Amino acid sequence: MKAWVFGDNVDTDAIAPGRYMKSEIEVIASHCLEGVNADFAKEVKPGDVVIGGRNFGTGSSREQAPAALKHLGVAALVAESFAGLFYRNALNLGLPTVECREAKRIEQGDRVAVDFEQGKITILDKNISFSCDPIPTHLMQMVRDGGLLAHLEKRLK
Amino acid sequence: MKQTLAQKLVARAAGKSSVTPGEIVTCKVDLAMVHDSSGPRRLKPMLERLNAKVWDPSKVVVITDHYLPAYDEESRNIIRIAREWVKEVGVDNFYDAQGICHIVLPERGHLRPGMFAVGGDSHSPTGGAFGAYMFGVGATEMLGVMVTGEIWLKVPHTIAIELDGALGPGVAAKDVMLHLIGRLGMDGGRYQAVEYRGSAIRKLPMQERMTLCNMTAELGGQTGLIASDAVTKDFLKREIEIWASDAEAPVLESHRLNASELAPQIAAPHSPANTMAVTEFEPIKLDLAYIGACTGAKLVDLRMAASILKGRQAKTRLIVAPASLRDQQVAEKEGTLKVLLDAGAELLANSCGMCAGYGEHLLAENTVAISTTARNFKGRMGAASAQVYLASPYTVAASAVAGHIADPRELLN
Repeated sequence: MKAWVFGDNVDTDAIAPGRYMKSEIEVIASHCLEGVNADFAKEVKPGDVVIGGRNFGTGSSREQAPAALKHLGVAALVAESFAGLFYRNALNLGLPTVECREAKRIEQGDRVAVDFEQGKITILDKNISFSCDPIPTHLMQMVRDGGLLAHLEKRLK
Repeated sequence: MKQTLAQKLVARAAGKSSVTPGEIVTCKVDLAMVHDSSGPRRLKPMLERLNAKVWDPSKVVVITDHYLPAYDEESRNIIRIAREWVKEVGVDNFYDAQGICHIVLPERGHLRPGMFAVGGDSHSPTGGAFGAYMFGVGATEMLGVMVTGEIWLKVPHTIAIELDGALGPGVAAKDVMLHLIGRLGMDGGRYQAVEYRGSAIRKLPMQERMTLCNMTAELGGQTGLIASDAVTKDFLKREIEIWASDAEAPVLESHRLNASELAPQIAAPHSPANTMAVTEFEPIKLDLAYIGACTGAKLVDLRMAASILKGRQAKTRLIVAPASLRDQQVAEKEGTLKVLLDAGAELLANSCGMCAGYGEHLLAENTVAISTTARNFKGRMGAASAQVYLASPYTVAASAVAGHIADPRELLN
């Protein structure tokens, strides 16, 4: 639940660098965001949350960008805004992703809880809560199922 | 109720008489395009896990472009999977090493005005230049399309770009987009439909229109759209339907730009939004000029570069990767290619080349390059220390001749 805070316009080439795109997700994930924060991929812990500024995930359609974050154990993505294609990709992989106008109130290292169904973010140690956009209702079941692949698997059974 | 082009296209695909921006709809997909990187190698294992079949192989187009030429075991394997998968699934629309997907798709007649299409690549809005709704999706979302033939959509608002006048000599669609991205930001499109219209658009040839819609990705739109007209018909060489916005259909925003007043633009490292007019730049010394990608190496782009390079020599290393084999063949026949080669160009394959940073050609440490591609994110085309400036084919060619960033208007023949 520790927050890793990034700035505006973090692009997919930074999240999943092109030269590793031939490789399996383990390799791509080990280079995730290395050009922005060299410690991130090494030190991020399962359950941590990634916080972005404006237009997080701008650029490519490469799904390996949210997949790398998910592989590292990131539990949720919060940003002032997301690039639309990245946003769809993240939810399709079952990675809870919410837009929050007040995302910049979250500081590096804050312990945060994200209620993506109610649309509420809490900074635990500071006892601050504020609202975020919940995950849209028509996508909630897919996210609960663990993403589009698992959702389709359930539907086709 | 007056409807925009985007609303009309989405309504048709959703089987409704009209739709309202913000409404969630399910659309039937007329065409799904994938390439070697996001396509078969990702779709095949997921389809097998679901034990599902492709909903309609006749509506699927597979084009290899990212890992060509294959240069190691992994890239050879990715291409092999694509070649085998189309046979397994029964996809007849397979274009292997014919060029970049966004260019090959309309070139081979797969796009028509009125269609609703998805592509497994972020530059898929290129198809919107044909009066079709086309946008990019990731591999898992594409799997959903392959299994169901459908996709959900939040009906977009329209952001209108009104382009008056006419582009001056040495100024291109690429300059329009760099200017707009600089002015509105990489999220200026707000994941809505960006429609380009006005007198300057009607005068633009099809491949220049494609550049506008292509770089709508960098503007942050879901798709870029241009109403179909006689130019569309001539390019497709067939009868077409006219798809256009109703006059006075409400739009979210409208931005005007007088094309006649626009100077060549350059985006400095490391963002396409980091744009200024070429006249604002110092003569920054360059190592490499790159003419490549779906954004900047179509036939129209090669001709722009040749108009500057004719009878001149490049002082920098000059690399040209024509966006499609067919465009290269026309360029060869008409003499355009010879002009480029005589100027000292090295010719690369008809593929994504250096643009995506997936292949064997990457920028070395500290390289300073000027490029016709769409993105100059740090490290995208190679070393993180490389500096990439984005510009039109005119400006890239003029800068190659000068050895530094240069205004192409001074070299027009």
